[in-house]
Amino acid sequence: MERQAMLQLKNLCHTYRDENGDELLALDMVNLAFFPGEFVAVIGRNGSGKSTLAKHLNALLTPSSGQCTVAGMDTLDHTKIWEIRQRVGMVFQNPDNQIVASIVEEDVAFGPENLGLPSGEIVRRVDDALRLVDMEDYRMHGPHLLSGGQKQRVAIAGVLAMEPTCLVLDEPTAMLDPVGRQEVLEAVCRLHREEKITLIYITHFMEEAVQADRVVVMDAGRVIMDGTPKIVFSEVEKIRALGMDVPIAADIAALLRAKGISLQQGIITDEELAAALCP
Amino acid sequence: MSIVLDHVSYTYMPGTPYCREALRDISLSVEPGEFIGIIGHTGSGKSTLVQHLNGLLRPLSGTVFVDGNDLHAKNAATKQIRQRVGMVFQYPEHQLFEETVFDDVAFGPRNLGLTADEVNERVESALECVGLAPSQYAKRSPFRLSGGQMRRVAIAGVIALRPEYLVLDEPSAGLDPRGRDEIFEQILQLYQNTGMAVVLVTHNMEDVARMARRLLVMSRGQVEFDGRPSELFHDESIDLHNFGVSLPYVTALLKTLRLSGLMIDDTLLDKNAVADAIAEALGRGANSC
Repeated sequence: MERQAMLQLKNLCHTYRDENGDELLALDMVNLAFFPGEFVAVIGRNGSGKSTLAKHLNALLTPSSGQCTVAGMDTLDHTKIWEIRQRVGMVFQNPDNQIVASIVEEDVAFGPENLGLPSGEIVRRVDDALRLVDMEDYRMHGPHLLSGGQKQRVAIAGVLAMEPTCLVLDEPTAMLDPVGRQEVLEAVCRLHREEKITLIYITHFMEEAVQADRVVVMDAGRVIMDGTPKIVFSEVEKIRALGMDVPIAADIAALLRAKGISLQQGIITDEELAAALCP
Repeated sequence: MSIVLDHVSYTYMPGTPYCREALRDISLSVEPGEFIGIIGHTGSGKSTLVQHLNGLLRPLSGTVFVDGNDLHAKNAATKQIRQRVGMVFQYPEHQLFEETVFDDVAFGPRNLGLTADEVNERVESALECVGLAPSQYAKRSPFRLSGGQMRRVAIAGVIALRPEYLVLDEPSAGLDPRGRDEIFEQILQLYQNTGMAVVLVTHNMEDVARMARRLLVMSRGQVEFDGRPSELFHDESIDLHNFGVSLPYVTALLKTLRLSGLMIDDTLLDKNAVADAIAEALGRGANSC
């Protein structure tokens, strides 16, 4: 029996109109299905359509043609829009634009309060959300005193408190230092492992994409590669021709193969390269 | 001649509940022709520090001198002195506003009161510096370019002022890998061709390791390390994690290979050099692992 997709895009096109009235095709016949509990990284150049894609997933944008469904609900169906947005949470690049309150727990409580939930339920959701991103110790802190990685985790907790089944993160680490990036990535991996939340993770950091179950590569509004990190990042030349990087281990492995050193395919992490070179 | 910070401290919103000490008693100098990288946690004071280099922020205590002149002295010379320090902010493309690339880059030089010919000359050379051919881009709308191109137009606008010191705050944030490589390649070329001093704030360890000759690591408003990148990344006694920084990916890979027993120079940064070194180490025979 075929699995039920959490998010499904069928022949989806999205057209923007620029200042001269010219049409710009940002998404061009995209067909994708994301399944419950999957952790999918989406990579591609600036302007390749990644963020436009993300905005379709919770009906911030609707298709110019084709169809986008969330748990079977069509994003064009106005009566379903709030249900769709509760199911699919979004996290953006800049945590400072996503934090609204002056105390961490109030910020996380903002969403559930607006759902009109009883206060005991709000407290439970805030507790759970902060625990999931490892920020319980900061619940009474002012967000402005947190590091970038901590702020971004608070922003993620704020979305988790809505208990979405799917989380879309659009370059959540672009503005963070390396340690902050690691903290956010660890929180995301934990959501994947322990909560089985469906994760769509847009990034320019290939070392982050390696952690996903599946990597979707976009170029000029189309999906041009879709597979496990091992399969996608083994195509070093193709990825580079698309203006992206591969993880350093995949890069070095390809250079070594070109020198005639025999290494198996699919080496993408430092540990795998070490094991292959020093068995 | 240099930029000198003498016991500079800065506090945001002093005397309020939001009071935050951002810089604590910093003394350092930026010499002409230097390439300095500044790294550290978000919130460690990097951006606050660089905003002192051209007088955008006034120290709460201490003094900033540019080429021997106090930046905050009340005299006519200070405005001109500030112009020696060009500043490229985070997401500089948000500051583009003109209808054409040419006009946007020309905005600064025109305000310097230069003649039309001089303005032309400066705009064209600035656009060439950032790899945008004037014949192809000058008449286009900056808003119809890609993110990386828009950012380069914004940088050209600062270069057109011909500063002696160029300060860039996170010039690669949010760019895809190719856009990032292009920006850094052009900064490096500009540095090599003009001898302009460069101060680069970044979270990208690969690029500072490769380009900067001097690295400052900031933490809690202080400079915790000031030295060569190779010293920072190879001194086991320094807790990089504590400073919000990490090893460049290539250095981390080399350390992993060494731990597995492959005897290889872990100071290499260039991928091809790394591949050569691995091939050579393997060639030394079975006992290399």
